[in-house]
Amino acid sequence: MYVAVKGGEAAIANAHALLADRRRGDRSVPALRLDQIVEQLGLAVDRAMGEGSLYDKELAALALLQARGDLIEAIFLVRAYRTTLPRFGYSNPIDTGSMLIERRISATFKDLPGGQLLGPTFDYTHRLLDPAIAGGEVPAPITREADVEQAPRVTDMLGRQGLMEPDGDTDPDREVGDLTREPLDFPLDRDLRLQALARGDEGFLLALGYSTQRGYGRSHPFVGEIRIGEVEVEFDVPELGFAVSLGRVRVTECQMVNQFKGSAKVPPQFTRGYGLVFGQAERKAMAMSLVDRALRAREFGEDVVAPAQDEEFVISHSDNVQATGFVEHLKLPHYVDFQAELDLIRRMRAEHDAADMKEAAE
Amino acid sequence: MQTQTSLSDIARKAMLDVLAAAPSRALAQLWDAWADKPEHSKVRGPEVGLVMVRGRAGGGGAPFNLGEATVSRASVRIVTGQVGHGYCLGRDLAKAEVIAVIDALWQRDVAPVEARIIAPLQALAAAGDQKSREESAATKVDFFTMVRGDN
Repeated sequence: MYVAVKGGEAAIANAHALLADRRRGDRSVPALRLDQIVEQLGLAVDRAMGEGSLYDKELAALALLQARGDLIEAIFLVRAYRTTLPRFGYSNPIDTGSMLIERRISATFKDLPGGQLLGPTFDYTHRLLDPAIAGGEVPAPITREADVEQAPRVTDMLGRQGLMEPDGDTDPDREVGDLTREPLDFPLDRDLRLQALARGDEGFLLALGYSTQRGYGRSHPFVGEIRIGEVEVEFDVPELGFAVSLGRVRVTECQMVNQFKGSAKVPPQFTRGYGLVFGQAERKAMAMSLVDRALRAREFGEDVVAPAQDEEFVISHSDNVQATGFVEHLKLPHYVDFQAELDLIRRMRAEHDAADMKEAAE
Repeated sequence: MQTQTSLSDIARKAMLDVLAAAPSRALAQLWDAWADKPEHSKVRGPEVGLVMVRGRAGGGGAPFNLGEATVSRASVRIVTGQVGHGYCLGRDLAKAEVIAVIDALWQRDVAPVEARIIAPLQALAAAGDQKSREESAATKVDFFTMVRGDN
């Protein structure tokens, strides 16, 4: 049976007009400006950039406004926008070691070169709602003379003593996987996993990271270091013949240090998980590093026994735009499919009734 | 592709780095104050596109694709023949075009560009970075050990 699905145009148009009205809300309340969102809802902007996989604060702010604050909808909008632009190329890898550091902490060493800088953190706040914040007046932050001391990566410090698994070899000829260009083909190399995790859903990765702590693929993690700050993005410009900086982006990096691995040839070393995310996104970077370590199970010859260690399961379900697309498509008209199901169940029930009658007759 | 970067390339890179990092408004103000702006024709753009930003596994290992960033770029030729290129993060076509014109001017005559545009932008950037460092420094933890009374 063919069921025509037509006649929704006016309803759709009116629904969109109603959405626009509700988005704007009470007209006596001033409309939000994008710069207000960028400045005052910065971490929501960062999340839309990170999971939208596109660094552009104004665009992310526009997406948040258009999505009425629905983060996944905003991420969807950002992802859709990026498909409209040409790709100029790939940057040189950013150097988090030469970051302009805003926050840098280590849970493994108290005294480390460069020190522990708390930065703009929610840690140690009392989590008591403060109505005064709505007033808007805030004193300027305290300043103190800055050290000239460099802040080396904690993993490099332990690495020099041989106690830490090194960053790994870099083969300059090896092509770097790009999931925006090629469909994923399991099993993946770590570069593709890291790309997928960097844009993966924070909630999903947080839950998986948490599951490893609760015993589902235990890896005994410590935060070697978290650092947040700005790094230069260098790009090889063909017409110039050399690389120039395009400017700086803010990123969050988490080095998770995990329990040992060794072999007959290599003495025991700490192993590592890595998290790197656009913007200030500490929870996401930590979750990413836990899941990155869990997904290295095969590499270390560990039994894959927990969800967080199952690469295909994790990476196939970490993208919230894909996930929401498939879940939310269920609300679209399925009239024909459902008609077929109805026919089927009526036939099954008829057969069931016929069998009952036959049984009763015997 | 050049195998060796010349001294003038190094200076040009340093100049372009400063311009890319400059806040749009500060750059526009300095450029507004530039008296004898050369006429220029557009060779390419200005246009907006994407650059895939890469990180390294563990911070120093194999590269991976972190995510994209919007980038504006422009190439221009000024009346005296020099071709300039401008690149910067974000969707700011005017900024990319101004950078390209300044790049062309710099090739014609380094000193005035350095003095009237690059030096003030460098000072501005240095002051901003210093302020950020000092704000973070105030949140540095000064550990001290309590003296125990039992020995």
